[in-house]
This record gives sequence, C-alpha cells and structure tokens, in this order.
Amino acid sequence: MALDTDTVRRIARLARIHVDDAELAPLADELNNILGWIEQLDEVDTDGVAPMTSVVEMVQRLRADVMNDGDLQEDVLANAPDPADGFFTAPKVVE
Amino acid sequence: MSALTDLSIARAGDGLDKGEFTARELTDAYLSAMEKGRALNVYTAETPDRAQAMADASDARRAKGDAAGLLDGIPLAIKDLFCTEGVLSTAGSHILDGFIPHYESTVTRNLWDAGAVMLGKVNMDEFAMGSANITSHHGPTINPWKASSGDAVGKDLVPGGSSGGSASAVAARIAAGATGTDTGGSIRQPGAFCGIVGMKPTYGRCSRWGIIAFASSLDQAGPLTRTVEDSALMLSAMASYDPKDSTSFDQAVPDYAAALTGDIKGLRVGVPAEYRMDGTPPEIEVLWLQGIDWLRDAGAEIVDISLPHTKYALPAYYIVAPAEASSNLARYDGVRYGLRVEGEDLTDTYERTRAEGFGAEVQRRVMIGTYVLSAGYYDAYYLKAQRVRTRIADDFRAAWNSCDVILTPTTPNAAFAIGEKMDDPIAMYLNDIFTVPASMAGLPAISVPAGLSGDGLPLGLHLIAPAFGEETLFRAAGVLEAAAAFDARP
Repeated sequence: MALDTDTVRRIARLARIHVDDAELAPLADELNNILGWIEQLDEVDTDGVAPMTSVVEMVQRLRADVMNDGDLQEDVLANAPDPADGFFTAPKVVE
Repeated sequence: MSALTDLSIARAGDGLDKGEFTARELTDAYLSAMEKGRALNVYTAETPDRAQAMADASDARRAKGDAAGLLDGIPLAIKDLFCTEGVLSTAGSHILDGFIPHYESTVTRNLWDAGAVMLGKVNMDEFAMGSANITSHHGPTINPWKASSGDAVGKDLVPGGSSGGSASAVAARIAAGATGTDTGGSIRQPGAFCGIVGMKPTYGRCSRWGIIAFASSLDQAGPLTRTVEDSALMLSAMASYDPKDSTSFDQAVPDYAAALTGDIKGLRVGVPAEYRMDGTPPEIEVLWLQGIDWLRDAGAEIVDISLPHTKYALPAYYIVAPAEASSNLARYDGVRYGLRVEGEDLTDTYERTRAEGFGAEVQRRVMIGTYVLSAGYYDAYYLKAQRVRTRIADDFRAAWNSCDVILTPTTPNAAFAIGEKMDDPIAMYLNDIFTVPASMAGLPAISVPAGLSGDGLPLGLHLIAPAFGEETLFRAAGVLEAAAAFDARP
C-alpha cells in the first residue's frame, strides 16, 4: 500500500499541516519506508483476538454529577495568542 | 565530606535530618552546578529564585520539627512535559513558545507537597518523540559521558530520549533526581545511556493530569535517579490516585523503599529467548549473562521463558503511538495557546502554524497517525495493531505463570554521537526495541546501570514485573544494583 504524492497531500490536509509541493515526494518516501517496516504485522495471526481497549484491567469509575470546575476565563485565555473581550479570536470564516 | 551534589537523595535526606547541612546549602550547591553545567544544554527554564524560596521553606519546616516528607529539601529537575504553574512549559516544541500554565500537574504537585525543591525544567525530545533528545526545539542535550575509544571519541554524545535532559541532569550532578515520562522507553533508555536508574511504573500508577499528552494509553511518569533506593523514594512521592485522570489506579501507594530487603531467594527470574536478536553487539549479551549470574548467585531461580510476539511490539507501537499523538496534538491550532502563524483563512492558519510549530519528527508521526486512523485504513492498521497489542500482553500474562520478574538488556547499544541515526527514522526507533514491549502491556520496568561498554560508556539491565508489581521490581533491582556495584562516573 505505497503512498503516492496525492495521498500524502490528502493526509497533510487532514492533519492540518502545510506541506510545499516540492516536499511531497520525499515525504512520501519517508512515510512509505516506515509503513513498509510496519507491514511485518501482517505475519501475526490475530484472528479472534480482541483489540486492546484497556491497558491495565480496571473498572471505569463514575464521578458524582456535580459541577466542580469553572469561572476560569482569565486563566483559560492567559496563553491565547490574540484574545479579545474575553474570547479567543480566529481569522474570519464567514464573508 | 564529599560534595553535596554527590549525595544520593536518601543520604541527602539523612544529612538534612541530622542538621549536617541545610536545604538552602544543598540547593545552592545544585544551582551553582547548574550554572557550570550550562554547556550540556540541560535546562530549558532555570528557576533559582523559586528553588531558594522552596529550600528556605523546607529549612523552616525542619526547624519546627515537621518536615513534609521523604523529599523535604531535595532539589529536583522537572521534564518540560510537566505543566508547572507560572513556569514556562514547552514540551520541547516551538508550537508551545511562551506557554506558561496556570495549573500544576498532579505529579509535580505531589512532589512539592512532599517538600521537594524545583531547580527548573529540563530538555526533552519534542512532545517526547525521540530516542536521542535531538528533536527538541531548544537544541540537543549533551550526555556528560565521553567515549574512551571507538568512533565516538572526542564527540558529544546523545543522552538518549525522550527524557534526555532529566537523565543528563542527574548523571552530571546538576539535579539530585528528575521526573521523566516513558511512552516506549523514554525514561529507561536515557537512564541506561547516562549510567543512572530509570523507572517506569505500571500504567495508571502516576496521574497523567497536567502532563502534556503524547500517547495517552502509553504515557506514564516516573523517576530518574542515581540509586534504586532514590527511585523508590521518588516514586512513593510521585504516585497517587487522582480523580482527574480517569485511568488513575485507585489504590494506596506503598512505601516502595521498604521493599528493598536485599533478599531475592527463591524469586523466579524469567529470561526471554526472543530478546536475543540478530545484530545486537556481543557486549550486550555478555552483560545480560552477567546479570543472570548475579541474580542466580543472590538466590534467584532462573527460568527460560518465551515472549513470542516481542519483535512485533515496536512496529505495533509505531501505529498506536502516532495514532494517539495525531489526536492529542490536534489541540495545537494557533488559536488557544502557543504559536500562531497567520494564513489566508482559518484552515491556512492552522496549517501554517502547525508546519512551522512542529518539527520534522513530530510532523512525520502526526501524519502516520492521521493515515492509520483515516477511513479505509483504520482496520488494516490501527485495529490490527491493537490486536497485536493484546497478543503482546497475553505473552506476558502467560510468562507470569512461571516467573516473577523478567530480566533483559535495556538497549541494544550504548550512547552514540549527536548526528548519528538521523537519516533513518527506523534506525532511531530500534533504540527502544527492548523497552517497548513492557510499555505496550502497561507493565512496570526499571533500568539499572550495570556495566561499561568496550568504549567506556554505561549500559543498563532491564527488569520487568507484573502490573502493580513495583515492590518486587524494586527488590530485584536493588539486588542487581548491589551486585553490579556500578561506580563509574562521567
């Protein structure tokens, strides 16, 4: 399942990482090198094996349904690149 | 008296209790060492004022006879992956430029509650992705060890990674101990490369709350120290049940140092055949055999075991970890914190921020993760890897029928020169071949410095125990440490 440059462009878009056209081919080679090495997993018989969902056997806990956090607007915005009037800001998305 | 910075945590605690020196004197000795050690590029944020204030507070507590705990007055370095309130926390990444958390991670909170002193934040591979501490935006950390012969003579060596700053700080005596995090070997491998003890607890033993996430089903905090006893002391303080981490283990934390009885008579030590791999240098095998002899001489029963899926742990890890990373790192969008690079529209802003903010290795892993989770490939890659992961965990479960701990080498090689293994990601990934299986199964494991390579560089031996078997692990590690009597210094 070797990746071509179109697929790499699509993955980069899904990952929201800008990749210049000139970098697509070398990046495809790098990713194919890693994915090719990973394909040895096909040798493992996993028929009827359940995928791991919990690393250590433990019961999921439920917490009390109470509000236990909040009123932290200043803390939450303190590290924002361009906060305004108590909000995060982003480039305009609707013309 | 030897230099204050040469004392173990346990010995320094004794000295403080007996009034031989103050926490302020101990802290000042480390702050002075920190200044002299800047060429190693260990600290990404130095906090001398805070350290002195914490040390003074510790001395005041002791003067009143109410020391906070086993770590009262002990100066520690904190991996830059832990969020520390009011102190720059960047995870080694450009994308977290200027990020100053308004909260404290549970693990570091526990350490300060136990009286520990923060010297500063230490360097690491970007988002903990790496095995050589060369992917940090802050530049590589240097290992204080130098090769005595071979190709690496005269060159700066890597400290291992991702907790490379932590390991280098402790080995170079510019911190008494350090926190690390281990996703596939990121505490144990740098521990081995720097000739110190690196310990990863069972998944769930330390809270992940406030630790910048890499791969949430694998990440686990642990200590890097110069002795096994120090490791036990630090873990007792770091570990806790934490309602803020849904995978936190809801049981009391034992006094791990009390487990160091020195007695392993009758302990069954498993030696897995599959860890004998083609291409591993003979000196690694020789040290392993030596370790087997040491434990046998101490009264352990040596058992040959099989972990058939060992070789598949690393490729499965390179699906699971990047998949989780691609989800966790989606939060770096240039809107809420850190770097923002303006683009033509919102999507372009995301893409340019992440292209500039993430380094090459992080971008590679985020894209691998995005691909293996994408429609049409999820079953073939991600689900397959999680099935293989079950196989790996089943291998260990079967092994515990015939043994109590498992002994292996920590790494397939000693530290290498900065710049090596950079062209081929897979060559770098292979550093973790012996540490990743325990990570995939969530098991506790420890690397103990055990000898020197032919080129005079430290090598570690690695013990793995069943889930929440930390006490057995420390007991065996203590015996291994005593037998190895590793006293070489960088």
